[in-house]
Amino acid sequence: MARITAGVACSHIPALGVAVDFEKTEEAYWKPAFTGFDWTREWEKAEEPDVVILVYNDHATAFDMKFIPTFAIGCAESFTPADEGWGPRQVPVVEGHPDLAWHIAQSCILDEFDMTIINEMEVDHGLTVPLSMMFGKVDKWPCKVIPLAVNVVTYPPPSGNRCWALGEAIRRAVESYPEDLNVQVWGTGGMSHQLQGPRAGLINKEWDNRFLDQLSGSTDALRHIPHIEYLRETGSEGIEMVMWLIMRGAMGKTTEQLHRHYHVPASNTAVGHIVLRPVDEASAANDVGAAA
Amino acid sequence: MTTPRDIHAYLAEFEDIPGTRVFTAARARQGYHLNQFAMSLMKAENRETFKANERAYLDRWPMTEEQKQAVLDRDFNRCLELGGNIYFLAKLFSTDGKSFAQAVSTMTDMSFEDYTAMMIAGGRSPVGVRSIKEKY
Repeated sequence: MARITAGVACSHIPALGVAVDFEKTEEAYWKPAFTGFDWTREWEKAEEPDVVILVYNDHATAFDMKFIPTFAIGCAESFTPADEGWGPRQVPVVEGHPDLAWHIAQSCILDEFDMTIINEMEVDHGLTVPLSMMFGKVDKWPCKVIPLAVNVVTYPPPSGNRCWALGEAIRRAVESYPEDLNVQVWGTGGMSHQLQGPRAGLINKEWDNRFLDQLSGSTDALRHIPHIEYLRETGSEGIEMVMWLIMRGAMGKTTEQLHRHYHVPASNTAVGHIVLRPVDEASAANDVGAAA
Repeated sequence: MTTPRDIHAYLAEFEDIPGTRVFTAARARQGYHLNQFAMSLMKAENRETFKANERAYLDRWPMTEEQKQAVLDRDFNRCLELGGNIYFLAKLFSTDGKSFAQAVSTMTDMSFEDYTAMMIAGGRSPVGVRSIKEKY
């Protein structure tokens, strides 16, 4: 059976992609943002995931104002990097996993999550920047990717609680897929940032770090944060962090933190990154028993 | 339950955040053609047509005169007031060859240099800019 083996979260700031594409990652401004991903690139080589379910938001690229799906899953064979106004990023085409994607779509719909199904789509920096951060500059991405696009642009976006619950449904779906696949779930976007108005440039390190703290362990406090708190405390675009909760929900009850990184700034934004391992509840209970 | 189920109470809270325009349904409706105009600049040939004669290109869109003027002025705060969304407006400032940070800084009371220095120093503190009413 397929299994979810790890969760990864990171910011998807377009300037990070530009820094990778134009060999700027060793420059003084960018180096501290990138060094926190060195551990993860090595770890990913050892993990060799077959499929990444990549939760992100489209930034007025594949979706304009004509259609605004709340949760949309990419079921295509492949997804081409989009021209976002300055030419497409020179990164590999993203290969999908239509069979697992359709399985998740069907399972989630029966589980009462009414997913939008996408059969043709270009993908923007929201999806390709996290791939660059985790895999570096490569000729071919080392795994299949299932894009899961969330509306966090037009209000209301889904609640944190709903995102967490979708993650739980995705876990059930993956675990009922017959093929033996190593699946990771990535949540992207954030952390604190505001790209508009006189309050632009807002960063809240304390809040961001509390959020990172609470992704580990058994607490589910994060699912109850209301939208207004993200907006007030982390800036108008900090709302993207609800997408991290889909990843966290997919990890099950308890997680262990394997790695963490936080840096300010990258352009207008706080860079946050965490790697989580779901803790198998049965073996965790045995460990406690053995210790006693 | 993580958000108020009363949509009126939910929306009213957004108006209490200083210097911020949340992209609500009302703004999405008001700015529909402004945002779709900006979206059209994703295509290279449209960017060329726009740059050749901005006014003529804008006149193809059923936008208000205020919206057209805000675009011509590159007054991004005004664009937001008139229903623009930053990810759509990004197509406009990318057409101008401006980065996100450059464009964003024009919406603050700072020069690009001062804005960049603020970000390197850790960004704008949330203290005092969380709520208009509560002033915290």
